[in-house]
Amino acid sequence: MTRATACMSDSPETTIEVSHLVKTYGSLTAVNDLSFTVKRGEIVGLLGPNGAGKSTTMRILTGYLPANSGSVRICGLPVASQAEATKRHIGYMPENNPLPEDMRVSEYLWFRGRLKEMPRARLRERIDEVLELCDLKRNRHRILGRLSKGNKQRVGIAEAILAEPAVIIMDEPTIGLDPHQILIVRDLIASLRGRMSVIISSHILPEIEATCDRVLIINSGRIVAQGSPAELRQEIFGHTTYRVELAGDRENLAADLAAIEPTLKVATVGDCGPDGFCTVTLQTQSDADLGEPLLAALPPRGYRVRSLGRTQPSLEDVFLAATRRSWDARVPDKPTVNGDSRPPLPRI
Amino acid sequence: MRHYFTILSQEIRALLYSPSTYIAAVLFLLVMGFIFAGILEVYSKTPQETPPAAIFFSVFWIPVFFMVPLLTMKCFAEERRLGTLETLLTTPVTTTEVVLGKFTAAYLFYLLLWASTLGFHYILQVYARDTRFLDAGPLIGGYLFIAVSGLLFIALGVLASALTRNQSVAAILSFTLLFGLIIGLKYAGELTALNHGLLSPLRSAVDSLQIASHVEDFTHGVVDTRQVFFYLTGATLALLFSILGVEAKILSS
Repeated sequence: MTRATACMSDSPETTIEVSHLVKTYGSLTAVNDLSFTVKRGEIVGLLGPNGAGKSTTMRILTGYLPANSGSVRICGLPVASQAEATKRHIGYMPENNPLPEDMRVSEYLWFRGRLKEMPRARLRERIDEVLELCDLKRNRHRILGRLSKGNKQRVGIAEAILAEPAVIIMDEPTIGLDPHQILIVRDLIASLRGRMSVIISSHILPEIEATCDRVLIINSGRIVAQGSPAELRQEIFGHTTYRVELAGDRENLAADLAAIEPTLKVATVGDCGPDGFCTVTLQTQSDADLGEPLLAALPPRGYRVRSLGRTQPSLEDVFLAATRRSWDARVPDKPTVNGDSRPPLPRI
Repeated sequence: MRHYFTILSQEIRALLYSPSTYIAAVLFLLVMGFIFAGILEVYSKTPQETPPAAIFFSVFWIPVFFMVPLLTMKCFAEERRLGTLETLLTTPVTTTEVVLGKFTAAYLFYLLLWASTLGFHYILQVYARDTRFLDAGPLIGGYLFIAVSGLLFIALGVLASALTRNQSVAAILSFTLLFGLIIGLKYAGELTALNHGLLSPLRSAVDSLQIASHVEDFTHGVVDTRQVFFYLTGATLALLFSILGVEAKILSS
């Protein structure tokens, strides 16, 4: 923990500071004026379609690729001029998790630990710890090239957390894993919360939603939306949807709903069954939970309610909406918030 | 430089674990054994003026042409293809440490292979029961030449590997570089076009870069510092270009 705490005392709150980062490959702009910060102990998910610049951003953070302009600070140190120092604070697992095929698991971890300047005695203990953490104890003497995909992935994660860095960067850590292993990896990442800052990129959206405190949605090298999954829903969709199964005379339904909450409207009326119950979708601008008021107010007005549910737009909807919107023209209607590089999005 | 030994020991371990190393070693000893036996056969028929060791070292280029590419082709090409170069360079190591570590491992193994041919001379002495056959002078000079020139040859192999992600391309490239250096310069020395007065500086440069004549000098006990300097600077230059090559390839990846 020594190295991680050293970083934390230097800069108590922010471990990663990215400002106005630009990276071009020839005429292709992979990262375009990207700015964000990550606090200590935060788990941040990087979302974006293929070619959005996720991997490029991660590689710049690790100091592997230089940026064209802009700055990255890890634990307060600039990556561009003090790459060696910042690399000590980073544990990185690249896309597809490349591993040398002819080494054994414990040998590999030993080699990596020595490269990361861990003292021998500490490294010996720490290898046992991470093998235990990543459930690799039984495989410690196996050859990397013969491990299953899931076990390889876990070796990659074990390697990333080996030196207890302040910042962990993982490019698609759960790619190609079965649901059981995804659960293990998710728990593993969640167990790092509060101690290390973690940036993960993933295509599996429920995955990001379950583990991340904050999500950055990137498209064409720009942040198109950021915030917690709940905030993103609110920001992108701007309304909450309720699904009610009710029976009764629906003529006055709109007026009755307006009496409960002025912005509450009937969005769609679904099929009505033979028993008279219809599925009605309601929309509201209100942030408050209207479940209880609805349940209390509908029966006295002559409706019979069989079920009531608040339907959440999934992160998938948010992702699709955010990335689609970013293709369209942007309407700058609010001043840029501090540390927020994206123009605001039009609401749907 | 604290990571240099970590990388060096890792590379030596990788060399010892890799079957291609043993194939290369067996090939090397086989070829050298046949050459040595051939030389002895010639010597047993007619008396010669030069010691057998001098002839033995004058064919150094045969093993160099296949050993150096085999030993060095993996260095960077394989790491780049697997993507492990990225994980390696995102730890607090510098490219210089990585290049030097890999170079040293290949060089040490090259020396080890050549050292194993000392056995030939020992066997000859044991069976001939005549100390005249084991003339220490040409042997020391010859092995010194191998050690000094090996620096440049291995560095060229590392350079070739640093420029590509394909092992066979690396092997062919390093073979071409070595061929140009050893045989190409020999032919350049025979060009009559260079005899023109204006080109005399070029002529003398090409003449002093005849690697075959360097071996002759070394085995006859002449250690010319200019020749040593040539191999040392050549090796340094090739390693510098390897470092630049590895870094430049990252930029365009």
